[in-house]
Amino acid sequence: MSYVEDLQNRIANIEKGGLEKYHQKNKEKGKLFVRERLELLFDEGMDIEDAFFANCMDDSLPSDGVVTGIGKINGQSVCVMANDSTVKAGSWGKRTVEKILRIQETAMKLEIPILYLVDSAGARITDQIEMFPGRRGAGRIFHNQIKLSGRVPQICLLFGPSAAGGAYIPAFCDIVIMVDGNASMYLGSPRMAEKVIGEKVSLEEMGGAKMHCSVSGVGDVLVKSEEAAISYSRNYLSYFPANFRENPKSMEAKDIQSFEKSITDLIPENQNAPFNMHDLIKQIIDEDSFCEIKKRFAKELITGLARIDGKTVGIIANQPKMKGGVLFHDSADKSAKFVQLCDAFNIPLLFLVDVPGFMIGTKVERAGIIRHGAKMLATMSEATVPKISVIVRKAYGAGLYAMAGPAFEPDCCIALPSAQIAVMGPEAAVNAVYANKIAELPEEERPAFIKEKQDEYKDNIDIYRLASEMVIDAVIEPEKLREELTRRFAIYETKNLNFTERKHGVYPV
Amino acid sequence: MQEVKATMAGSVWKITVKPGEVVEEDQDIVILESMKMEIPIGAEDDGTVKEIKVAEGDFVNEGDVIAIIE
Repeated sequence: MSYVEDLQNRIANIEKGGLEKYHQKNKEKGKLFVRERLELLFDEGMDIEDAFFANCMDDSLPSDGVVTGIGKINGQSVCVMANDSTVKAGSWGKRTVEKILRIQETAMKLEIPILYLVDSAGARITDQIEMFPGRRGAGRIFHNQIKLSGRVPQICLLFGPSAAGGAYIPAFCDIVIMVDGNASMYLGSPRMAEKVIGEKVSLEEMGGAKMHCSVSGVGDVLVKSEEAAISYSRNYLSYFPANFRENPKSMEAKDIQSFEKSITDLIPENQNAPFNMHDLIKQIIDEDSFCEIKKRFAKELITGLARIDGKTVGIIANQPKMKGGVLFHDSADKSAKFVQLCDAFNIPLLFLVDVPGFMIGTKVERAGIIRHGAKMLATMSEATVPKISVIVRKAYGAGLYAMAGPAFEPDCCIALPSAQIAVMGPEAAVNAVYANKIAELPEEERPAFIKEKQDEYKDNIDIYRLASEMVIDAVIEPEKLREELTRRFAIYETKNLNFTERKHGVYPV
Repeated sequence: MQEVKATMAGSVWKITVKPGEVVEEDQDIVILESMKMEIPIGAEDDGTVKEIKVAEGDFVNEGDVIAIIE
């Protein structure tokens, strides 16, 4: 055999990954082989692969169970680390960890996005001294992720388990896309939970994709297949620049989808009646440009990327259809991360406000709604990208503050004619101020008295009164909102702001 | 069988279906009143209403079962 033939043989063997039976097992679960995943992910295959021969003296560990390299997505070079679950269940040995560290360091040097295609059982206990505790041990992966955060986009596609310490890889990414049925995250497996704390629970219930994308919020996007996960990640990246120094690329502008109902018809006059905010969003963004994040989690607040006139914007919108659009600890948390994501990568923010305030009651106080709400305010306040706040309907109490109200330096706070800004709604206010008086009145006189006081209150918080006081910068016809936003975002592009001088704030986490 | 649960604490303002009624996914089962807002609680799937567990005016906490649909 010549040198070249020998090399070719070695390459062919390594490219095959683990044993055939493991490939078969994965296929039964609807899982693709790691190299097929990468084929789908990149525009035209991987351009560079390093440490392909890692651990090649051991035939049973091709590439040491992870593929690392660089390829293009939408024409942009990106770094990738992808576990191979046909090799010892994608577990990490010393070289696996070193490969991951090196590709992260490459992403840092080149300032290009990095994607983590995770499908791994965790650490190889047999190799723990070499891969767990040291300076180039697994902990360093997270240290690198934390350093990369906000510098370049970090995306996690979760195809299988992400167990124990490994579960922190998704946690430190900007976004986690999970394949329903196969993806899972947990610190201790169900077997361990039963042994150590006596809990009997299924994997799906404790750490499944559905649970994480709807209850814990550790997952962001739930998809049905690996192909869908890959296509979501490619689309998601199209809204982002390669790193924090650049601006997102513009796309060709598209018109809005056509509708039967106008925005005016969409919004019920009764401030307390629900409507679907998604319908309004569709009427101001380019057709089919909404890339929703955390669709299943804290649905009372909608967060997602979109394009207006071809340019990326991040939308934070109250959803009156879910929980009345009231803000909860989870929605505050959802907003905080999304706002940070957009601010990190120079994506302007659009707040669509229809909020009765933050939830009250024992349950949410015990869940720490005050500190979660504070976190929402802090991240929004610190964001230095262009910020536009649109008061669609009501903006009551701290809800106004959390949604980039006038005090938080939005570039403008504009209102639709249906807007109402107040400490609280008319019903609650009259009740708070006149409770004793109402109680003293004979029952038949109460409704008339309440109505009179509510009307007085409504006059007092009239949107034109607030316009007259220059609390809001403009009142806009609903059907002209898109044009208004297009013009304003284009003008605010040159905004250049340093929030304040310090090392960093102390977060109300 | 599905349990329709309150998505947040509030009081039952209106019950919009009766036991035995056939309902579609997303159809309102009850409307809660909370934070001065109308909060529709819908069915997660198509089915028949087996039981309504609350009365108008009742206080419900987040997670309380409001109705059972088969």
